[in-house]
Parts: sequence; structure tokens; C-alpha cells
Amino acid sequence: MKHEITVTVNGTKHTSEVDSRMLLVHYIRDVLNLTGTHVGCDTSQCGACTILFNGKAVKCCTMLAAQADGAEIMTIEGLAKNGDLHPIQEGFWEEHGLQCGFCTPGMIMASYDLLQRIPNPDEQQIRHNLEGNLCRCTGYQNIVKSVQFASKKMSGAPGDD
Amino acid sequence: MAVTRMFGASVKRREDARMMTGRAHYTDDVRRNHTVHMSVVRSPYAHANITNIDSSEAAQMPGVVGVFTGADLVDDVAPVPCAWLLPDCNLKVPEYRAIAVDKARFVGDPVAVVIAEDRYQAEDAADAVKVSYEPLDVVTNQEAAVKDGAPQLYDDVPNNLAFQWKLSGGNFEEANQSADIRISQRFVNQRLIPNAMETRGVLADYNPGSGSLEVWLTSQNPHIHRLLLSAVTGIPEMNIRVDSTDVGGGFGSKIPLYGGEMIACGIAKKLGKPVKWMESRRENYVTTAHGRDHIDYVDLAATSDGKITGIRVEAYANHGAYLSTAAPGVPTWLFGTMLSGPYKIPNIECTMNGVLTNTTTTDAYRGAGRPEATYLLERMMDLLAKETGLDPVEVRRRNFIQPDEFPYTVATTLQYDSGNYDAALDQALEMVGYEELRKKQEDLRSQGRYLGIGFSTYVEVCGLAPSSAAGMMGFQGGLWESATVRVHPSGKATVLTGASPHGQGEETTFAQLVSHETGIPFHDIEIVHGDTDRIPFGWGTYGSRSTAVGGSAIVYASRNIVEKAKRFAAHMLESSPEDIDFNDGVFSVKGSPERSKTIQDVALAAHLAWDLPEGEKPGLEDSYFFDPTNFTFPFGTHICVVEVDAETGTTEVQKYVAVDDLGNVINPMIVDGQVHGGIAQGLAQALYEYAAYDEGGQLLTGSMMDYCVPKFEHIPHMDVGRTVTTTPVNPMGLKGAGETGTIASTPAVVNAIIDALSPLGIKHMDMPFTPQRVWEAIQERKGS
Ligand code: FES
Ligand code: FES
Repeated sequence: MKHEITVTVNGTKHTSEVDSRMLLVHYIRDVLNLTGTHVGCDTSQCGACTILFNGKAVKCCTMLAAQADGAEIMTIEGLAKNGDLHPIQEGFWEEHGLQCGFCTPGMIMASYDLLQRIPNPDEQQIRHNLEGNLCRCTGYQNIVKSVQFASKKMSGAPGDD
Repeated sequence: MAVTRMFGASVKRREDARMMTGRAHYTDDVRRNHTVHMSVVRSPYAHANITNIDSSEAAQMPGVVGVFTGADLVDDVAPVPCAWLLPDCNLKVPEYRAIAVDKARFVGDPVAVVIAEDRYQAEDAADAVKVSYEPLDVVTNQEAAVKDGAPQLYDDVPNNLAFQWKLSGGNFEEANQSADIRISQRFVNQRLIPNAMETRGVLADYNPGSGSLEVWLTSQNPHIHRLLLSAVTGIPEMNIRVDSTDVGGGFGSKIPLYGGEMIACGIAKKLGKPVKWMESRRENYVTTAHGRDHIDYVDLAATSDGKITGIRVEAYANHGAYLSTAAPGVPTWLFGTMLSGPYKIPNIECTMNGVLTNTTTTDAYRGAGRPEATYLLERMMDLLAKETGLDPVEVRRRNFIQPDEFPYTVATTLQYDSGNYDAALDQALEMVGYEELRKKQEDLRSQGRYLGIGFSTYVEVCGLAPSSAAGMMGFQGGLWESATVRVHPSGKATVLTGASPHGQGEETTFAQLVSHETGIPFHDIEIVHGDTDRIPFGWGTYGSRSTAVGGSAIVYASRNIVEKAKRFAAHMLESSPEDIDFNDGVFSVKGSPERSKTIQDVALAAHLAWDLPEGEKPGLEDSYFFDPTNFTFPFGTHICVVEVDAETGTTEVQKYVAVDDLGNVINPMIVDGQVHGGIAQGLAQALYEYAAYDEGGQLLTGSMMDYCVPKFEHIPHMDVGRTVTTTPVNPMGLKGAGETGTIASTPAVVNAIIDALSPLGIKHMDMPFTPQRVWEAIQERKGS
């Protein structure tokens, strides 16, 4: 069965006809060609596909495209504004929070959600809240630092610049 | 040589810019018009005759372009090649078909593929292919597989023994006879699953008009893959382009050439259409090569004062159902030669039995052979400490090769380049606060609590490798590396490297090197890797070789550029090359620094060629092929502090200290990142990871739900330090950083846990130290 959906992705409205069974991650990657959202597993474990769905982090490999009708989505491509990196991206860059980069888009979107809920998380809170995202390269330590960097920068703490 | 701030600076990585904005192009992100998708039908049995394949229904399904069995493709795609042909050990390489013909030998062995217009249709149709099997007896364990009467995978490989490899130096038997202390221990180095976050995949696009094949491939070594793809498809090498610029992690698992990739290329040629195949994660678990899987019987001989006189290892490596590309070299040369560790051990003997079983193939996994050697050796050191009553630190010190003894040739014939093992150990002891920790341990023990301190003083071999050594070991390739440094008329540079980084950050490190050597600003240097159409040749990234070998080629090419530019500058300044100083990209006349030309001025003049110096050719470009004279030998000390909760069996890592000596370091931030990631993987082997098979050969840990890839909360904070002992093997004096963490960490964690549990009389347990396993061991001891 086909469904007509209207989705706003990174501020742009798209209307498409999708199969009932099409996963949202495939809609984003293969229909909209936004390939920054990755697929790393088939059991909702890795978090490589994390996007913001109506403002909240979701693993979009576990949703159907049809469920996204009317939704507001942000993917990694929508995070930097006018060529300016988002503070979370800056944090990952400054603190070497990525190596192969495959987990990174999902990691950044999950961090975005975390910092919305807990603007100044301590190390434990970061580790706990990001546990749905796997990284095989970094050993996580620098991702923790990246999120801390972003947290400071976003709360406008003195001495950032 | 120009001295800039570039060498040794934690420059932010330039590859990050595309990766953290979603603009990288991993294989699955590449788009070609009219692409068709492949899905693989796999054997659900670990060992079975394939009696019939009925694809009639599948072929009629929507979107299906074709269904192919192994028999259909026998003439299009040759068997999967094995590229490490060990000499002198009766090696048998069984035929490894990309799609099994007649017989399947592990769960996941491909039996057919379906091509359809989209991936959903391809998977639907794959489900509709009906295959009849006649199940056979299964063997998954390597010790069981070599026994008489075990199920046989191949008619021509008796007892499933693919090879028996031996290495010896000195005379272990004699040492053992005269030893005061003899210790024997069996170690299981369990099977691991690499789990790069990006699974394997391929997009193959064949143009029948030009006869050329373009391949986007998840590869650590695209030129090797181009060569092998040419051999198996018959398409000439110069008509194949492999592009592996962005790869989402490899850890060794993307070194081999696999059947799936070969088939996609073969079918792309047959159909004249682009064919894409990306593994699902479940497929990745059963078909991408696993790592480790040794059973090692170790005998150690020593004097009563703790000096080791000999070590003997009789071991069994599980290779799975076929010999993967580099598999035979991993448990042999990369293992046996490292059995001396950082110690003076005059008598060493190693026998390695390479065994075929009904399991997924094994091949290189981060460290590849060296973690296995280091693990058993560092465990034996602790057993020796126990036996002699010496502190584990002291027993190590008594056996260390001393700084003034380098270059030092160990009994296994390797010549270690340089080292100062005590220095790294001292620094680590200071960082961890060793004496206080022992006091704290005593206090806690008196309260019935289990604190443990574990050491790993390791040395590893990397910077693979002198090509003559590769030949001697039977590796079917060279191990030099190439670089082209091309300075454009504008003075900006493009650098082509044969190394193929996939997370290691060499786009940054190599630009730092070129900037350091030539004075061309970092941002004016582009590093190109992973594309066989642009790069002359390269052996790729593995064995911690990219910077030690590939970086050396870049340094020498850069130096040749500077030499040529100096001759041009001298001509332009009406001076002679001997009278020219070079500093930070500026050539000036000795004594009159105001008479100068920048390297950019020279680049333009060299391209315009209006006024060439006598005998000079236009342009400013150099290609260099660097073949190292020796390996490099990084070393260090890792110390792990754990507390084991006797009530739950849970291990808490309280402190982790790593002091690594990697020689000089170009970018400390990147190197720390390599060390962190390596430690996480090695620690995960000690605590969490284990590929489990049932008796029928089903992989029980076949998804991310069942196999414990460590999460944030599983990995502790790591304190990383360094000592610097340079190596004469390459012009940068650096050793390599990619694998140290993994090699060092596993025994440090295990030694800590065993130390914690030693009041219970526990001397050894096999990994992983899951709470259940630890709890059971504690209960058993407490009960007895
Ligand atoms: S792809 Fe792994 S959680 Fe979505
Ligand atoms: S950076 Fe490679 S998986 Fe996280």
C-alpha cells in the first residue's frame, strides 16, 4: 500500500508517496538523498541513524516513513546554520570526538537531545544518556569531552573563546 | 629541514569537516543511476550438502532482475584468493567459492544471490529461493576438529589441518630440563567479532562500452583489492578503479577480499548495470572475518630468582571454514615471532596448528596475532611472580632487555629497533601511585573486599614491513608504500598516498608532515587516499604502518621537492644551491636573508619554465617508494586497577593508566585517540566480548543484542602518558600507534582481576570476565 506523506526536513517541506513498509531511515537516505544519517545495525542498538523527530532524538531505523506524516525532522545536514558549525559539532572537532566518523551524525543528534534536557551534564550523565549510541573507534572518552565542550559553549560560560 | 610548529602539534582534523556535517561519502552513500541491489541467500546449516536450488518463484517476483547460484557464476568469478601462503608448513588452501557450490561449510555461507530493482524486492525474492540441504556433522572447535574421526570439511585436508607452522630459537627442551621453575598453563583466547560501525559493502559499476569497472568498496587496502578483483573477474587492472576514500572503521576486518564483493563485480559485468550490496549487521556477524580464537598451551622455564630461560607454545588457531585473505599469517608470523615480548628469553619454541572448522572465517583483527602473544606472555609473567613470590613489577624488570642492548635480536630472530622499558614502567607506576595502591589493597582485603592491580609491559611489532620479510613469510605482496607530492603552479600541493586511512586521521597528519618539510601552509595541502585512479600504488592501512611507512615515503618525496626547489631558488637568486638556506618555506642567500624566494615563487617559476636552471626539467613533483629496512617496536606499560564485587561478580575498573612509547608523535591528539580506542577494544575482550557457537554451528551472539559491543558506561576513563624513544628505522623516528592499546590492555585487565581474586586461590580463568563467570568462580572457591 502507498501513503502520501508530508514531512518537513531541515526546514524544507517534502510531499512523497511511500510504501507502507519503507523505513524512515531509507526515506531520508534514499528518497531525500540525505546520506548523513547512517545505518549501522538492524536491531536498534547502534544509534547511527539518530535524528531529531519533532524535537526529540529517535532512531529512525525503527520507524516507518508513513509514521512521519506531518512531522518536523532535523538530520545532521540541518545542524550547521549558514556555514557556521553548531557548538556540538565544534565540540566534536575540538576534542577529537570522531575517528572514522560513521557513528558521528547519530552521536551528535543524540547529544543535541541530551543538552536540551540537561544543559550541563556531568560525565556520568553524559555516559548514561548516550548509551544508546555505539562508537567502535574512540573508546568514548573524547566524545564525553566533546559534549562537555558544547555544553559550556552553549551555556555561554566565560572563557569559551 | 624546515622547522615549523606542525610536527608535534595537536592540529584539529580536517576530515572531520565533512564527517560531522553528514557530507562524507561512505560506500552506501554513493549513488549511480539504474543501480540494482543484491541480496544473498545463505546457508542456515553449518555443514550441509546442497542438493537442490529452486529459484523459479523468486525469479518471477516484482523487480527481480536475476537469480544466480554458485554454479551459474563459476566461469565469471574465480575462487576467493588466499594471499598469505606460508612456506614450509604443508599449507593446504582449500577451494573457497564466493558462492558455495554443492556444499555449505558455515552458517551464512552464500548459496545464491538475487538481483532486484530495490533492496526490499531483493530481500523478498531471496526469501523465496528454495534450497534443499542434506545436513552433515558439524565441528566448531579447533581442538575437536583435528581429532581422528572428526567431521571433515574437505576431502583433501585430512584432520582439517590447514598447516602446522613451527618456529624455534635456542633449545627449549634443554632449558626446561635445567629449570628451577616450570609453569604450564592453557589459555583460551576467545573469538571476537570486529564490529566496525559501517558494515561491509560494495557498489560496482561496469561500463560495457569501455570495459571498465568502477568499484566503491569498504576497504582498508583498495590497491590490493583492485589487483585481486582483476585476478578473479578477468578485468585488466588498469580498467578497474576502486574508491575507498571514506570507510567507517575496519580494525582488520576490511583487509580481506570477500566473496560478496567479488560476486557484485562479476554480476555488474554480466548485467552491464551498477550493482550495490550492503551487508546487514546480522550478515556482518556471520560473514565478516572474526578475530583471535586461539587455544594456547604454554610452558615456561625459569630460574628460582625469576629469570625466564625458555618458553614453549603449542597452539591451535581456528580459521573457520576457509582461509581468508591474510589468515595464515596472523597466528603464525604475527604471533610466534613476538613470544619474547620485552624480555630476554633465550629459548623459544612455537608450534601453531591452523585448523578449519564449520565457523565464520577468522583473519586480522586489531593487533592480529600480537595481542594473543602478549596476552599469554603477560599472564605467564604474573604466574611466575606468584611462583617466585616476587612483585609482578620486579619479575618484569629482571627480564627486561636493557636500553643499551638495542638493537637487540630476540630468539625468534626479530631485531628490536630501540627501547627503554623501565622508563615507561616507572612513569606508569608513578601515574597510578603504585605503593599506595598496594597498601589500599591490603586494607580492603582485610575488610573482605577484592581490589586488584594488573600490569602489562608489552612490546609490539608494527610498521609492516620490509618487503623482503614479506616475501620470506609467504605474504603475496610487498609492504613498501608510495607517495607523490605535487606542488601546483600556485604553490599549493596535492599529495597522493598509498596508505588508506579509515579513521586514523592521516589526511591531517600527512598534511602536517608535508607542511613541516616544505613550509607550504597546512591548509594549502590536500591529501588524497583510497582512490586507485589517482594514486600510483599502495599496500594500504593495517599493521600500524600508515605513518611509519606511508609517512616516510611522503617525507622523502617532500625532501626531494625541497632539493629541486633549492636549485631553482639558487638560479633565481643568482647564487648556488650550497649558499642557500631553507627555512619555513623560504629560500634565502646565506648571509643576506633579504635576497629570498618562497617555495610558492619557485613553484610558479618551475611551471612557467621560462628560465630553467641548466639541466633542470619543468614542474615540481616527486614520487617516492619507501621500503623500510626493519619493523618498528613500540612498547609501554599499562596498569589497570579493578575492584571485583564478590556478591555480584561485577568488575569495576577504577583506574586505567597507559604509558606508551611510540617514538616521536606528529599529532598528540590523534595518537591519544588511537590509544583510547585501542584500549577500549582490548578491555572489551577481557570483560565483555565473546563469539559463541552452539554445537550445531549457530552463532549465538549474532547481533548487537547478543554480542556485547561496549557502550559508554562499559569503558572507563583512561589516563594516557608517553615516553619517547625514537627509532632509526624511518626519517621521523616514530613507531606507529594504531594497535598498541588493544595489544596492551587485555592482559592488564585480566591480571588485575586475577590479582583481586588471588586471596581466593584463583590463579587463572579464561576471558571474558563476565559477572556470571566471576561470580561462579568465587562461589566455587568459597564453597570449597
Ligand atoms: S541503524 Fe542501528 S539503531 Fe538505527
Ligand atoms: S568514530 Fe568510528 S564508530 Fe565512532
